[in-house]
Amino acid sequence: MKAIIAATILGIVMMFAGLFVKEKKSVVTIATLLLLVLFGVNIYDISFAENAPQSLFNNLLRVDSYALWFNMMMTGCTFLYVLLLGKHIRQVGNHVAEYFALIFFILCGIYLISTYNNLLMLFIGIEIMSIPQYILAGSDKQNMKSNEASLKYFLMGAFTTGILLMGITLLYGATGTFYITNFTFLQTASLNPLALAGILFILVAFAFKISAAPMHLWTPDVYDGSPAPFTAFMATVVKAGAFVGFLRLFHISFGTLGEHWMLVVAIITAATLLVGNITAVYQQSVKRMLAYSSIAQAGFMLFAVVSVNATAWQGMIIYAIAYSVATIGMFSVLVKMKDYTYDGFNGLAKKQPALAFFTTIFLLSLAGIPLTGGFMAKYFVLTAAVEQGNLMWLVIFALLMAAVSVYYYFRVIMAMYFKTGDAELRAEVTSTDRLLMGITCVIIILLGVVPHLFMGNL
Amino acid sequence: MIVTLLIVVPLLAGIFSLLAKNNTAKGTAIVSTIVTLVVGALIGVEAYTTPLSWSIDWIPTLGTKVSFVADGMSTMLSLLVSIVMLVVYISNLNKKVENEGSFYGLMLLSQAGITGVFLASDALLFYFFWELALIPVYFLCSQWGGENRIKVTFKFFIYTFVGSLMLLAAIIYLATSTPGGSSFAWNDIVRAGSSLPAAEQQWVFWLIFIAFAIKMPIFPFHTWQPDAYETSPTPVTIVLSALMVKMGLFAVLRWLLPVVPAGAEFWSETVIILSVIGIIYASLLAIVQTDLKRLIAYSSIAHMGLMSAVAFANTEVGMHGVMVQMFNHGINITGMWLIVSMVEQRWGTRDMRELGGMASTAPRMAIAMVVIALANIALPLTNGFIGEFMLFNGLFSSEVACGTTYMILAGLGIILGAVYTLNMVQRTAYGDAIATKQGGDLTRNEYIGLAVIIAIIIFLGVYPKPLLEMTSGMVSMMP
Repeated sequence: MKAIIAATILGIVMMFAGLFVKEKKSVVTIATLLLLVLFGVNIYDISFAENAPQSLFNNLLRVDSYALWFNMMMTGCTFLYVLLLGKHIRQVGNHVAEYFALIFFILCGIYLISTYNNLLMLFIGIEIMSIPQYILAGSDKQNMKSNEASLKYFLMGAFTTGILLMGITLLYGATGTFYITNFTFLQTASLNPLALAGILFILVAFAFKISAAPMHLWTPDVYDGSPAPFTAFMATVVKAGAFVGFLRLFHISFGTLGEHWMLVVAIITAATLLVGNITAVYQQSVKRMLAYSSIAQAGFMLFAVVSVNATAWQGMIIYAIAYSVATIGMFSVLVKMKDYTYDGFNGLAKKQPALAFFTTIFLLSLAGIPLTGGFMAKYFVLTAAVEQGNLMWLVIFALLMAAVSVYYYFRVIMAMYFKTGDAELRAEVTSTDRLLMGITCVIIILLGVVPHLFMGNL
Repeated sequence: MIVTLLIVVPLLAGIFSLLAKNNTAKGTAIVSTIVTLVVGALIGVEAYTTPLSWSIDWIPTLGTKVSFVADGMSTMLSLLVSIVMLVVYISNLNKKVENEGSFYGLMLLSQAGITGVFLASDALLFYFFWELALIPVYFLCSQWGGENRIKVTFKFFIYTFVGSLMLLAAIIYLATSTPGGSSFAWNDIVRAGSSLPAAEQQWVFWLIFIAFAIKMPIFPFHTWQPDAYETSPTPVTIVLSALMVKMGLFAVLRWLLPVVPAGAEFWSETVIILSVIGIIYASLLAIVQTDLKRLIAYSSIAHMGLMSAVAFANTEVGMHGVMVQMFNHGINITGMWLIVSMVEQRWGTRDMRELGGMASTAPRMAIAMVVIALANIALPLTNGFIGEFMLFNGLFSSEVACGTTYMILAGLGIILGAVYTLNMVQRTAYGDAIATKQGGDLTRNEYIGLAVIIAIIIFLGVYPKPLLEMTSGMVSMMP
């Protein structure tokens, strides 16, 4: 797992690059190149990986092919993100190099979360991933909303970290171990109440990180308040990282204890879908709508957690990619707009036909229309739930909620194509932008038509 | 392999039209549709005896395949798609459409989607095409439609989309119940579905049926339809009413009745009652309409109601009648819409109170209208007759309780159908001519379009054998 080391070193290199390179534009170029290097390291890790899972650092990490593939895909998404939004990251504030350094550190945290074999590693991974986010949320220093977002995120996040630690402690008290593969000795019949409380605490902490209802209240304010380019990152790659941590612990360690936590997660899923979708309908700002939509999408990803089987793991990775790519694409359009409300998109199709077309593909994918990645992602996670059995009610409920989601996604399409107006742009749309967005669209369509290409041999 | 041409040609032509920025859209549309028509006819000759099929692996992890089967029924319906689209393109040849490339591109894409629905023999592929047919129509209606179009179209979209999602739930459920755990092939789905316990089939039935009922539409899922028909531009209305509603009925025959036979048997009476209510209700509403488009929209609900009632009555002759009538209804209603659009274009209104005297100002158009109207009420020697006869025969001989009562009630709908159709003819074709507005008779392209329709109407009225033989093989395959 050279990628963990590489991410750390490249993060530090990036920080120092800020000292020597004064021009913001070059900083972005350096960051893009370094990310490409990191992506290469990930590919190196995969191609030289052994078939059997590999234990590292005294068995603190357990690197399996799933984790490697997931890390590579998320690094790829980050690379795409920097390509699409790098120009706008540079406009957020003065400390451009630091922003990119923080992104490298976040990736390092994600690598730990996807490979941990010990709860302490999980804790460290989550902290490494979260703390840079608090900073990024507040990076627009002059803006009160950004400050508010940062403070809110930090306070709530710190509190949840406490809960996570408490859960880990309780679990340790009950079992005497931090190693997640050792928890399998836990039996439903003789389950210690201490362990059960521990599982519940950890569940709450994860639910917070992935913004599942009722622990979602921070999400809209933080996502809305943070600078849009960073919201795009927080809502996608970072969230997917937290999800994989969730999946790992609950499937590997607590998979056999399903009757204790599965119903709770199922109810959390239903609540998340309901809150996310219904509230998104009432939003006037597209950015805030995307914040709620990210809650709603988390509801779908929770299907992968609630169903303990191989399809769920496949579904998780496809969902993470499809959702991340479409959301990053959507944000890359949003940052170009002057007005973040729905009315701000009025008449965009006349003015920028290509941009409007790409936005339509992104939205169709988020809404889960066939031939886009969003459909395949939803298909996999729902199939996992059906295979699990006894969850048909949740599947039907989720599909009804997907129909609700069409309402708010299509409002943007309607504004762009069928309403008249003068959609004002904040930034110019260059042909490079169009090319990159076009590539993003192609990725989305490929995900929808040949999803197995993105799953390796999982 | 040749089967795929039916889908690939319009798909590529559609994408080409969307991208090309010149005036080739109309030509592309016509040429590609002629190609599909010829291919369809060739397949028809083959599929007359043995179904053609083609298949290739698609997503190995899911076990889904790209597989098409062209048997009698699906070939007949693909031919219907090509004929109807060709007539639409030809009769619109002289009309100016804003943003032509996008318009024809989207039309071709939905054409590919509809054909795909008829040919797909893999459940997931079927679902893909089901949606592919819908999305372009959504954009067509919203962009080129009339008053209130955004709201109306969105209602239509949400309705059908909710239905589709329920269908998706059923497909996932059935696919995971297949022997291998994940297969979408029609055979496997049928085997998995029909071996489910009856209680499960009963709720799976509704998941599937809602999708198709909304598309057909069956009372009480029909409320999107009159508004959508009225608002859409006429070519799109034709796609909706002549082709997309057939998707619903076709899907019932292929993906519902064989898949959950016990569920279908359990609910058949409910569906028949709903359909009969729909027939009477829509016919009564059609009588009081003054807008031509709304009138035909309601008449379409009545006709589809009859077909769905018979489809669930589960008799051999009735099933055969449904297949035949799907084709005939598609042809007849296309003719009706063409006439309506010509009327609207010439006299600037669709309100029957302001129309009249077409026979004196545009005699050829009036004759065409009369012929098509008579076919619509199933007069002998028109194509509607044989199908309708078989439908009633099927309902009458059905073993469903009170089959005769339903037949009589449905028959009432036919009488009402004659009332509103003849009333429409009388008020538009005869009476005093509108002095202030003068419109000419048919142009050459309109003439060709209507001539094709009328030729088919009369040919199949006199000699329905090809149609009957083409579908007869299918009837024995039904459960």
